[in-house]
Amino acid sequence: MSYQGVWTLAEANDGEIKIVSYELLTRGRELADKLRCELASVLICGRIDEKDAEELILRGADRVYLVSSPELEHFVVGSYSNILIDLIERYRPEVILSAATTTGRTLMPHAAVKIKAGLTADCTELDIEEGTGNLLQTRPAIGGNIMATIKTPECRPQMATVRPKSTRPAPRNENRRGRGEIIRIELAPALLDRRVERIGFRKNPGEDINIQGADVVVSGGRGLGKKENFALIRKMAELLHGVVGASRETVDRGWISYPHQVGLSGKTVTPKLYIAVGISGAIQHLAGMKTADIIVAINKDPDAPIFRVADFGIIGDFLEVVPQINQSLAKEGERSEV
Amino acid sequence: MKIIIPIKQVPETSNVKIDEETGTIVREGVESIVNPLDLYAIEAGIQLKEERGAEITVVSMGPPSAEKALKEAIAMGCDDGILISGKEFAGSDTWATSYTISRAVKKLGKFDLILTGERATDGETGQVGPGIASFLDLPVSTYTSRIVEVTEVSIVVERLIEEGYEMLRMPLPALVSVVKEICFPRLPTLRGKQKAKKTELARWNADNMDIERSALGLNGSPTRVVKIETPKVTRSGEVVRVTDEESLADAVERFLTFLRKKGIL
Ligand SMILES: Cc1cc2nc3c(=O)[nH]c(=O)nc-3n(C[C@H](O)[C@H](O)[C@H](O)COP(=O)(O)OP(=O)(O)OC[C@H]3O[C@@H](n4cnc5c(N)ncnc54)[C@H](O)[C@@H]3O)c2cc1C
Ligand SMILES: Nc1ncnc2c1ncn2[C@@H]1O[C@H](COP(=O)(O)O)[C@@H](O)[C@H]1O
Repeated sequence: MSYQGVWTLAEANDGEIKIVSYELLTRGRELADKLRCELASVLICGRIDEKDAEELILRGADRVYLVSSPELEHFVVGSYSNILIDLIERYRPEVILSAATTTGRTLMPHAAVKIKAGLTADCTELDIEEGTGNLLQTRPAIGGNIMATIKTPECRPQMATVRPKSTRPAPRNENRRGRGEIIRIELAPALLDRRVERIGFRKNPGEDINIQGADVVVSGGRGLGKKENFALIRKMAELLHGVVGASRETVDRGWISYPHQVGLSGKTVTPKLYIAVGISGAIQHLAGMKTADIIVAINKDPDAPIFRVADFGIIGDFLEVVPQINQSLAKEGERSEV
Repeated sequence: MKIIIPIKQVPETSNVKIDEETGTIVREGVESIVNPLDLYAIEAGIQLKEERGAEITVVSMGPPSAEKALKEAIAMGCDDGILISGKEFAGSDTWATSYTISRAVKKLGKFDLILTGERATDGETGQVGPGIASFLDLPVSTYTSRIVEVTEVSIVVERLIEEGYEMLRMPLPALVSVVKEICFPRLPTLRGKQKAKKTELARWNADNMDIERSALGLNGSPTRVVKIETPKVTRSGEVVRVTDEESLADAVERFLTFLRKKGIL
């Protein structure tokens, strides 16, 4: 039997489907249309309401393979990988996309190894090669210094993780109601890896650390001068409905915690808007934010390299500039609420 | 306990050349360093060694020059090193790399823990850690930010995920890939460097490993690099300068206009 169809791996947390699942459907729909094949989503999770799973159909999936069980509440790669491989062997998709989240980046290599599939990490562009129908996977590498296009000519399925926020979520289309099928797959207990036990969970004290899931990231660097000045950054982030990022310098100094770090040894973010305040723009920092849609830099040094990648730059002291911006944004906010 | 740490030698990020024909990274003539993110795995291993006693073997697959990376790890406090090197490994993708390293682990015999970096700063895939675990059927924790407790038979770790930190308990042997938050890597001491100089590295290749040749190198790799491009870095942005009250008000106004135009406000 040959391999056919495009799959996206949806993710859910606490019974709620994560937005990145819909971003994958945007990618998947494009590829499925080019290949003239079906688009399916696989959802492995603890629990989900039928109507929430249907959301995947409204947003583009022709089928949903749903494996839900209380025993799958928390991601354990051994179990998820066994389930995914079982589904792949049964239904043989040609392409599998997952988000480049901590889950996707753990699950995909684990599964790919076992079935000898090619896997490309953290893609920002996907296409189909004319003639061969091979998946063309493009990704930044070496700190964003190069863009590499990769394909898997012989092995199937072709697997790729896709950078979160690198595309828009597929919109809901009410006309698609009833146009897809949810296929519930009974969990075979033998597929569970019971060796790994989740014994605790804690939130990052204080604030949202999912900087990869945010539309707006406002980051502070060593130029802030001291820890307390992150309050100005937090305020701006809040006014723009965004989250706080940071350069490594500030994390190493203990001004802010590691989950906020953007860059080579931190997280890679692709928000709509990235604002760098008091950040010089070292190559290792750029590696983590260069693919943002819009980059804004606020720095007092006109020669700071960050200005070379900025769409809008303000040369000035952040202590003067940021409070003024915050004030104007606050006014803007009041106006829009009326 | 016995700890194995696979480490990779990578080119300095600011200094990278690409072979236009094969699309692979040119390693000759470029300054090479231990993958910076592997230093955290090495340090985490050494701290375990200091706390409860351990023997640490570092393993690297790469060109002969990767010897330097292994020696550096030994200078930091690891005990011995294995260099997997040979033409047959050239052009390995993450599948072939995971396979090769998993075979090296097999050859090493009994062990308790494998520690890896989160990802290598050249390929930046982060796939090799979970890949090795999959080949060896080991329980695994990726994105590990803290080792909470280790006993003879189990390990408790905390991993950094999108929603926060989750704590996992797993039996040993296991594979743990670490993020920067886990520790602060030490520098090699003079004594360490002397010891590293004297340490004889084991040299392995397809002839002295129990390994399937057809699964190695470019031939054994499912993926192919078909194109490499150097993206344009510069964006031609509007830049405003703040010098006084007036230019400040103007800059802020223009900034807000910019955000409105871009649909942010
Ligand atoms: C292996 C490796 C991995 C790394 N990983 C990362 C990483 O993941 N993320 C990361 O960020 N870095 C990383 N780095 C570090 C990186 O090289 C830089 O050292 C770091 O990004 C610099 O941080 P910064 O821009 O905050 O500080 P600086 O480079 O010191 O820049 C501070 C900036 O603030 C400006 N400034 C000062 N005062 C003011 C003021 N009052 N108003 C406005 N502007 C002001 C200055 O003009 C300057 O441009 C890594 C380095 C290595 C070697
Ligand atoms: N050639 C290699 N030799 C030894 N270890 C490696 C090699 N490649 C990758 N690794 C290990 O796997 C981790 C992830 O690398 P990567 O998947 O290439 O981003 C690294 O941090 C190393 O611990």
